[in-house]
Amino acid sequence: MKIIFTALFTAVLCFSFNACGKKEAVNESGKETETSAAPKKVGLVFDIGGRGDKSFNDAAYKGLEEAKEKLGIDFEVIDPGDGSDRESALRKLASKKDVGLVFGVGFIFTDDINNIAKEFPDKKFACVDYSIDPSKQIPANVEAIEFKEEEGSFLVGVIAALNSKTKKVGFIGGMESNLIRKFEDGYKQGVKYADPDCQVLSGYVSVSPEGFKNPGKAKEIALSQYNSGADIIYHASGLSGLGLFEAAREKNKFAIGVDMDQQKEAPGFVMTSMVKLVDRAVFNTVKDFTENKFTGGIKTFGLLDNGVSYVYDENNKSLISEEIILKTDEAKKKLSAGEIKIELK
Amino acid sequence: MDLLSSVISLGFVAQVLRLMTPFYLGASAANFSERGGVINISVEGFMNLSAFSFAVISILTGNVFTGFILAVLVNLIFSIMFGYFTVSLKINQIVTGVGFNLFIAGLTKFLLVYIFSSSSNTPRFEGLPELSLFKNVPFFGLFLTDYITIFCFLLIFISVYILFKTKFGLRLRSAGENPAAGESLGIKIRHYRYYGIFICGFLSAVAGIWMASNQNSYSDGMIAGRGYIALAAMIIGKWKPVNIFFACLLFSAFEAFEISLQISGSDIPSQLIQMLPYFITILVLIGFIGKTKPPAADGVPY
Repeated sequence: MKIIFTALFTAVLCFSFNACGKKEAVNESGKETETSAAPKKVGLVFDIGGRGDKSFNDAAYKGLEEAKEKLGIDFEVIDPGDGSDRESALRKLASKKDVGLVFGVGFIFTDDINNIAKEFPDKKFACVDYSIDPSKQIPANVEAIEFKEEEGSFLVGVIAALNSKTKKVGFIGGMESNLIRKFEDGYKQGVKYADPDCQVLSGYVSVSPEGFKNPGKAKEIALSQYNSGADIIYHASGLSGLGLFEAAREKNKFAIGVDMDQQKEAPGFVMTSMVKLVDRAVFNTVKDFTENKFTGGIKTFGLLDNGVSYVYDENNKSLISEEIILKTDEAKKKLSAGEIKIELK
Repeated sequence: MDLLSSVISLGFVAQVLRLMTPFYLGASAANFSERGGVINISVEGFMNLSAFSFAVISILTGNVFTGFILAVLVNLIFSIMFGYFTVSLKINQIVTGVGFNLFIAGLTKFLLVYIFSSSSNTPRFEGLPELSLFKNVPFFGLFLTDYITIFCFLLIFISVYILFKTKFGLRLRSAGENPAAGESLGIKIRHYRYYGIFICGFLSAVAGIWMASNQNSYSDGMIAGRGYIALAAMIIGKWKPVNIFFACLLFSAFEAFEISLQISGSDIPSQLIQMLPYFITILVLIGFIGKTKPPAADGVPY
């Protein structure tokens, strides 16, 4: 009996600390930076899923590459794997003498960035998808990059509702959290705006960040939603979304991608994608930094400045009729003018 | 109402069977190893490894069958290593298992970056072909489309036969129950422990291959704890193939139920719903099925 418990306990331990083995040594040399030239290098720590997720992280990386090309900066990235490596990765970059600006990609970095920013007051930090807590003050050297995902999701909701033949559409979220709820709320209200009779089936992969990298589960949720009559499913689940695309291929139904243009994942099955211009946001921040215009505080990207939008180009022209695009653009105008308000729970 | 109709449907049955496949293969894998007296908690790692090698080899060679065979081979090589550590060197089996899990998690991610310069997933490839034999048979045609799922059903009988009806099974069990008695009758206990680990390596390879084939790609961490659930199912099934099958069925049915419940839009907080399969595990473990008794010499190096 003892052995069984030891085995199970170890299994659980091992499961939760899976990738801790990669923790890197931290040196605290950053506090003595008194170099003459201002540090120009940019550091970036990836979110769960890491590089090559064809979504969020790749977009951030694209922004950095663009900055390297156009602004001539140097950068360094760390792919922390899971869990507690995030903070040490941020600290490692911040403590390097030549690094002046450090990015954390993903809302999961919010608390880590707050802590590290206080430790390194002379360095600049930026967090993509920073989750803003009104009761806490954002440190002066932190730029909180926020997107109005609900607006972009509203628009793809309109497209989904108008294209649905079964009057049922689906939504798959990665981790149950405030950020992903924004996607869901915007999407649901977009669907209701376009067609009050259209029903939204929604499901979440998990309540932990693991939900962003479990395509097997996402595929099963997608298959269930398709079986229940949904014919278009929108996902906001990072790497798990690959499971949705597999299900769409299998059932010959449609999917809507997220963060980046995901048409390449399943050509012909991806109706459109809700794109967040993470690359632009990263690039702009780097630009401000190199021009000494970095101010910190909250930077919001919405429909107005094309920070969020949907994909409509040569590849998916045949999937969405022009009439629908007109209606979607109308909704976009109303949103920008404030005629439609999206309620966030 | 919606929920009820979605649960009583063929789609639901098919989903339960799909979810059950990796659980049952993983649990049977662990069972063979433990029947031979070696606790193998690295089933998770072995599944991860074979999913990875299957995907990589299939992509590089363009042939899924080569991928299948070589992925099994890779797992067997790792099984030899596992056996060498636990049987020949008599290192603590749980420590070795944890070590293998961590090593494989790191190795796959490292190679993923090295080969595909992506730390999250491989490109897409066509997985194993579907079985078309039963396609036109009503009812069965809907879910008997997968070779490996069908193999799962056969595996129940194969496991029972091997473990309880053959000389090999008797000797394997003696290695797990009372190795000293077995040895006094001239059985080479260490050999049998190796055999158990080999079967474990093979079955967990099939489980991992199924995962990657079903997704048509490998992504980092895609096993997502299924290997550990399999271990729990093995314990709940009291190390008996048929019972293990029902334990796996229980888990997968609850997981499928959780999905249906979420989709039905019920007001129950989804945190509670998602907790269900694990809650059931604990409920079962605290005594709903009576005392679970592992093989007597399970985990004891010999």
